[in-house]
Amino acid sequence: MSSADVTQAFTRRRVLHNELIGLYGVVERNLYLTKRYFLWDLAFLLWTIANTLTIVFISRGVDLSPAEQNELATKLLVGGVIWAFLGIIFEIVTETVAWERWEGTIEYTFMAPVSRPVHLIGMGLYAVLYGLVRASAVFVAVAAFIGIHVPNANYSAALALLAIASVSFIGVGMMTAVLPLISPEKGTQLGFVAQGLMLVVSGVYYPVEVLPDWMQWISKISPATYALRGIRDSILNGAGLAWDDVWPLLVIGLFSIPIGLLVFKSGERYAKKHGKLKRSG
Amino acid sequence: MSSAAVAVRDLEKVFSRRKGLVQRRRRTALKGVTFEMERGECVAILGQNGSGKSTLVRLLSTLLLPDGGEATIFGNDVFKEARKVRRLVNRVSVEASFFKKMSAAENLAYAARFYGMGPRETHVKIPIILGRVGFPPSRRGEAMENLSRGMQQKVALARALLTSPVLLLLDEPTTGLDPRSKQEVQTFIREIRERHDSTILLCTHDMKEAEDLADRVGLLDRGELLFLERVDEVLDRYGADTLEEAFFAATGREFEDEKTEEDEEREVFA
Repeated sequence: MSSADVTQAFTRRRVLHNELIGLYGVVERNLYLTKRYFLWDLAFLLWTIANTLTIVFISRGVDLSPAEQNELATKLLVGGVIWAFLGIIFEIVTETVAWERWEGTIEYTFMAPVSRPVHLIGMGLYAVLYGLVRASAVFVAVAAFIGIHVPNANYSAALALLAIASVSFIGVGMMTAVLPLISPEKGTQLGFVAQGLMLVVSGVYYPVEVLPDWMQWISKISPATYALRGIRDSILNGAGLAWDDVWPLLVIGLFSIPIGLLVFKSGERYAKKHGKLKRSG
Repeated sequence: MSSAAVAVRDLEKVFSRRKGLVQRRRRTALKGVTFEMERGECVAILGQNGSGKSTLVRLLSTLLLPDGGEATIFGNDVFKEARKVRRLVNRVSVEASFFKKMSAAENLAYAARFYGMGPRETHVKIPIILGRVGFPPSRRGEAMENLSRGMQQKVALARALLTSPVLLLLDEPTTGLDPRSKQEVQTFIREIRERHDSTILLCTHDMKEAEDLADRVGLLDRGELLFLERVDEVLDRYGADTLEEAFFAATGREFEDEKTEEDEEREVFA
């Protein structure tokens, strides 16, 4: 190995080391913010639990046998939990830009020598960890309150599928994270619209078969469709990871992350060209 | 380009904003700006609000893309080798810009991670750098929103210095500060000049500050750099006794003159 090769290898190691510290920095910062906004987060968690309860209580108002009511309640609960989980992912990843713009730190973050993929993946990683904790809390609280019985539930398979689906969710989140860069005023709201549309076509509280044909076609490219189907099966029937749900999620994840990064990069370029990074508000 | 620490040639920036459904309003923020800075030099760019100072700083910080021209920092192309440039540069702007609920130490740690500084390193360096800017140790854990503007600006200086930049971009670092805080920040800038190998670009509309701190003073007016020379050379050239008089001689306007509608738009766009 020549001295030039050694230097190059050292430089590569140094770059990787710095990127990993940058990744840690993003997660650490979000932990600080969660700690500082703890009461706000707690209030938001209670609101999510109450909101999920309003949906799950629908099962108690329909004329079904207790076993069928339990099944319907579980299906609705899984829908509510996935809605909350996806909401957190979109919210945190979208906040990559929106929150920093509001605080006025965005320019300092964007002029730092950390790569954008590391920055965005750091946000996504924290979103998944935080989302999993919150989704579990919502599930346990609502299941206990309503009295849902799922003796055969395979929780590890459900969590594993949620983790696999998260890759795709982060990719889609990256695409929506760019919206506040392009439109500081409307970008965040458009992120919520994207989240809502994804869940509408994915059968969040109903089977996708009840949707119009064109919506069913779109549901095939939504990762939430496979996450909802697989997790319901794991919780209700104790099913393990089904390849039919896993492979579409892997394929969507494989495309959504690079596309998300590409979209974000284009948005960042547009923002730099038109002076949209500047703090507003 | 040249071997100067900072070399800017024919830099152009135009902003446009939508006016109504179809029309777009265009305002030139920088027009063919050209200058060089030597390593270790402190250059002050004077100009009214909306003159293009912040646009220049944002371009050199890789936060904007130009519409023409080029710029290098220590031989690295600012727009083609942005990541290399980012490692060399840091900035203090008029707004301190922090996560308001986080403490000074937490904000500095967040900034430092992006420059490859791990927890062990920042655990040692952050108290030292905060001590140097005169930040009380007892307030390190306090949320930024509870600190005065002057204190926040000191933390902003600490944040910039923590990453050991070879080019420090100071964009109106003392604007809006009370006289005492202003003096403290200026003293610290002098200290940086004496103790570090930093090259400093100071954008300000405070003529005295420019005269006191910089080796050379430039005047940016409506996007054009009218001169960049030592203060005595500027005064000689315009036969003026003060920089205010030189500004009047160069532009035909008083420095504090009322702005035209176009100036105000430029200020908002830039």
